Amino acid sequence: MRILFTIFICLFVPLSALAQTVPNDDALDAQARDIGRSLRCVVCQNQSIEDSDADLAKDMRALVRTRLEAGDNPDEVVSFIRDRYGDYVLLKPPVQRNTWILWAGPGLILFASVLLLARRRTARIEIVELSQDEIQALEKLRMQSRKDPS
Amino acid sequence: MKLNLKALLPLILFAGLIAAFAIGLTRDPRVLPSQLINKPFPEFELTGVYDNNPVTLDNLKGDVSLVNVFGSWCVACLQEHPLLMDLAATDQVRVVGINWRDDRTKAQQWLERHGDPYDLLIYDPHSELVIDLGITGAPESFIVDQNGMVRYKHVGVVTPKLWKETMLPIIRSLRSEG
Repeated sequence: MRILFTIFICLFVPLSALAQTVPNDDALDAQARDIGRSLRCVVCQNQSIEDSDADLAKDMRALVRTRLEAGDNPDEVVSFIRDRYGDYVLLKPPVQRNTWILWAGPGLILFASVLLLARRRTARIEIVELSQDEIQALEKLRMQSRKDPS
Repeated sequence: MKLNLKALLPLILFAGLIAAFAIGLTRDPRVLPSQLINKPFPEFELTGVYDNNPVTLDNLKGDVSLVNVFGSWCVACLQEHPLLMDLAATDQVRVVGINWRDDRTKAQQWLERHGDPYDLLIYDPHSELVIDLGITGAPESFIVDQNGMVRYKHVGVVTPKLWKETMLPIIRSLRSEG
């Protein structure tokens, strides 16, 4: 039963996404807001155009809405703006040649730290055999302490 | 004494961090790389500031132009305005204005008060062309060649120094090409 249900979900959930090609007004608004939240306001750089009160952000929101009404899908709208303002306008930077270090960096640092820690651990419990001289010196000390146990 | 390289590591890392900050924090975050350099100026269908006659890309082509984004609300625009007036008066370059997010009456009053250096005016109240140009604020200026290709972009006030040392040489070489 559960398997049937999973198959059902897998088959029809993607279809519902396709069915959104002709969204109604509310859906369009929601889509426009989603896109707006992913785009940086170029005037007040740390806000999205959805959050910003800047006039240019207002006009960009209107543009997003117009593009959606004209039948663009969200990806097309985003790339329309990206073509004009560059990657910079995306609040979530895409993974590409000049950003891979940004994405992989934290993982790499974590990996390096774990490696470093592991090495220090093993170094600390490393057993070093005593050399022949050291064994003799130790034996000598033991003999001495046995002779005068004061 | 043996130099312990490991002990120096934090110092080296710190120096690297300082270097990264020294480069990163002194860059002006408002200056974004333009997507338009050596690409065609976007098509547009707008009107003039004085009347409703249509203005399109064809009106822009034909001569090397300095395209300047301004508005009557823009304070910094007043700073470069005397230079633009001078360029127009001495016929050094064709100056084209994009009047951004303005109101016709206010724009006309502003141009009357401060002078009108613009050979062609484009009225863009809803940022249509401005967004196509990837503009983030006023003033911004472009050099557009005879065929309507964008050749240079400057964010902020055009200073006499910038004009003389950077923009004029570009315009001269574009003229000799054309």
